[in-house]
Amino acid sequence: MITAGVDVGAKFAKVVILKDGKVLARAKTLVGFDILKSASDVFEMALKEAGLSRGNIQKVVATGMGRNSVLQKHPINADEVVSEVVADATGAFQVVPTVKTVIDVGAEEGRGIKVEGGKVKDFVINERCAAGAGTFVEAMARALEVKVEDMGPLSLKSANTIPMNAQCCVFAESEVVSLIHSKISKEDIAKAIHDAIAGRISSMVLRIGVEKDVVLIGGCALNPGFLPPLEKELHTNIIVPEFPEFVSALGAAVIAANQAR
Amino acid sequence: MTAAIEVREYPTEPLKCWEQAKNLRKNYYEYYLQAHEKGGLRWAGGAWSFSAIPAGLGEDVYCITGEPYGATVAFFKDFAAKCHDATEAAGFPRTLCAYMRNYWGSILLDKYILTDGTVVDGYPAPDFIWQDHICCSHGKWYQLVKWLEKKRGKEVPMYSVDVSVGYPSDFSPEEDYKVNYIVEQLNDGINWLEKVTGRKYNDALLVDAVWNEIKATSLWAEICALNQAVPAPLDEKTMYSLYVMGTLMKHRPECVAFYETLRDEVKDRVKKGIAAVPYERFRVITDTQPPWGFLKIFREMEKYGAVSVGSLYTFGLIGMWQYQPDSTWAPKPIPPKKPQTRDEALQALVMWTLHKPEWAHFYEPELKTKMMESIVKQWKVNAVLLHYNRGCEGLSLHIAENRFGLIQAGIPVFPFEGNMGDERDFDLAGTMARLGTFFESMGLKKLKE
Repeated sequence: MITAGVDVGAKFAKVVILKDGKVLARAKTLVGFDILKSASDVFEMALKEAGLSRGNIQKVVATGMGRNSVLQKHPINADEVVSEVVADATGAFQVVPTVKTVIDVGAEEGRGIKVEGGKVKDFVINERCAAGAGTFVEAMARALEVKVEDMGPLSLKSANTIPMNAQCCVFAESEVVSLIHSKISKEDIAKAIHDAIAGRISSMVLRIGVEKDVVLIGGCALNPGFLPPLEKELHTNIIVPEFPEFVSALGAAVIAANQAR
Repeated sequence: MTAAIEVREYPTEPLKCWEQAKNLRKNYYEYYLQAHEKGGLRWAGGAWSFSAIPAGLGEDVYCITGEPYGATVAFFKDFAAKCHDATEAAGFPRTLCAYMRNYWGSILLDKYILTDGTVVDGYPAPDFIWQDHICCSHGKWYQLVKWLEKKRGKEVPMYSVDVSVGYPSDFSPEEDYKVNYIVEQLNDGINWLEKVTGRKYNDALLVDAVWNEIKATSLWAEICALNQAVPAPLDEKTMYSLYVMGTLMKHRPECVAFYETLRDEVKDRVKKGIAAVPYERFRVITDTQPPWGFLKIFREMEKYGAVSVGSLYTFGLIGMWQYQPDSTWAPKPIPPKKPQTRDEALQALVMWTLHKPEWAHFYEPELKTKMMESIVKQWKVNAVLLHYNRGCEGLSLHIAENRFGLIQAGIPVFPFEGNMGDERDFDLAGTMARLGTFFESMGLKKLKE
C-alpha cells in the first residue's frame, strides 16, 4: 500500500511517500503566497522522486497550518486532514517507538506533546508569540547580520550566559540591538538567543510534564545550537531523529496507511 | 469520565422563558438608570455583595453590580475598546481586572451601556457603595469609583464587608466567630446605611430580601443540577444569560419567580428529552468567565457535537451547593424556617453565603478541584476546558493547580489563554485551531462546518 503525508507548515511544505511502512520519497519546499501551488509543487517533486503518479497513491492525509488548502484540491486531492499534534505523535512514535514526550519546534509554533503508544495524552502549544519558534532565530539572525544556518554553530562557540528577558520577538530584537551596541560578541548573542528559545520551550513543555524518551522534531531540531540549552533546561537527553523536519508528514502518511487498511 | 458516544440527533427548541429573561435584565439596568427620577436610591457594589442588606432601605433602591456590568461592556467590543482606552489614558495598566477597567472606563467616558448595546450619555453615579471584600481587585475597585466620582464632584460614601474567614467545613461552635465577625459588620453596615441615606431601616424588608436570596440561589443550583440529564437541556452559553439574574438581583422577588419558572421549564425539557445542542455526543465543562466578546467558541464546539453543560463558575457563582452524606455534590436545600428578625436574618444570610462554592477559589485550590471532579462525574463530562483568564486574577488564581489535579484524576483538560473583558488578550483563530486539535485528540471530527 502506498500513502502520502503532506505537511503544509508556515515556512516549508513537506511530503513523505510511504510504501508498506518504508519511506519511498521525501521532498520539501518553501511555502509562498499561493499555498496550494507550493504544496502541489513539492508533492510533484516527491512523486517524481518515487517514480509515481497521484493515481498510485491510495490515500493522502494533510497536516500543518495550511492543511485545509490542499484538502480535496487538485492536484494533491488530500483525502483527510489531521492536526499537527496528532501527526507529530504518530510520526514520532513511528521513528522512536519508546517516545513519551514530543517537542516540535517549527517556524511559527512550538508544541509539547505527551504520548502513550503513539496516541496524544496531553499537549501544549505556545501562545501568540514567535519568541519560542524558528521565526525568532531568523529575525535575530537578520539583526546580527548572520546567515540563519550559521546561528547554531556560532552559538556553540560561546560559553557565556547572557540573559535575554523580552518575551516578545519584536522586543527581543531591540534587546539584541542593545547587546550589539554594548559590544557583546556575536557568539555570545547567538548563544543568548538559543538559550532564550530553549527557556521558552522548556517552560511550556514542563506544563505537561517531561517523560523519557524525549524526541525533538521540526525544523529547529536541525539547528545544532538549540539542542544543548534545551537538554540543559529540561535536565534530560533528547533524541533527534533523522529528518526531524519530516516527522509530521511521516505521521500523516502513517495515519493515511492506517485509515486505508 | 465517559467515552464519546455515537452521534444521534436530539430534538431542540428555544427556551420559552427567554424573552422574560431578556426583559428582566433589560429592565433592571433601566431601573438603576431611572431610580432618581422616581425618587429612589442607587447603589453600586459587586455581584457577591450582601445585596439583601440595602433592600431594607425601601423598595425603590436599585443597584447595578459591577461584574455583570463589566461583562455587558465586554460583550459590546467597540464600547469596551473605548473604555480600555479611557482607563489606560487615565494611567491604569491593562493588566488589572478587565471588568473593573470596563466599569471605570464607563465612568471616565461618562456613558452608560444598556443590555441591548444602547449607550446612554451620563454615567449614573451611585448614592452609596456597598461592597464585599474577598478579591483584591474587588477591594480596590470601588475605592477608585469613589475617587473618580469625587473628581466629578460627587461624594459617594462607601462601606465594604470583609468576608475573608475561609470556607467552612461545617459550622461547629468553634467556627461561630467566623459568622459573628461578618454579622457584626453587617449590623454596623445597617447603621451606616441609615446614616448616609437618612432613611429608616425596615427589618421586614430585610427578612424578605434574605429569604428571596436564599431561595433564588438554591433554585439556580437546582436548575443546574437538571443539566446532569443526557441530552443536556441547557448549554452553558445559554446559562450565562440566565445566571446573570442571580448576579444582579438575587434578593428580589422577581428573581425568585423567574428561577421558579425556569426550573419548571427545564424540568419539562428533561422529561421530554429536549436538548440544547442537537448532536450532543461529548460533554465538557469550562471554568471562570468566558471571553465575553467571543462566545462563538461555544458554537465551534457544537460543530464537533460537543456541549458545555456548565462549570463550577456557572453553577457556583450564584448557586449554593453542598456535599451530601453519600459524597455527591447537590443543591443546598433552603433552611427549614424563614428568619423572623434582623438578627436571625443576618445569621441566616451569612451562614448561607459562606458556603458559596466560588469563594473556595480564594482559599483552597484542592477543594475547587474536588468540586470540579464531582461535576465531571455527576454531569457525565468527557473533558474540561480551562480558561486561563488574564482578565480576572481572582477566579484564575490556582487554575494551573486545578489543571494538575484534574489530569491526575484522569480527566482530559484543554487550557486556553484569554481575557473575559479585553479582546486584545484573546486569539480567536488560534484558540479555535487548538480547540479543534484537542477534540481531534479526543477522537472527534467536525460534524458540520
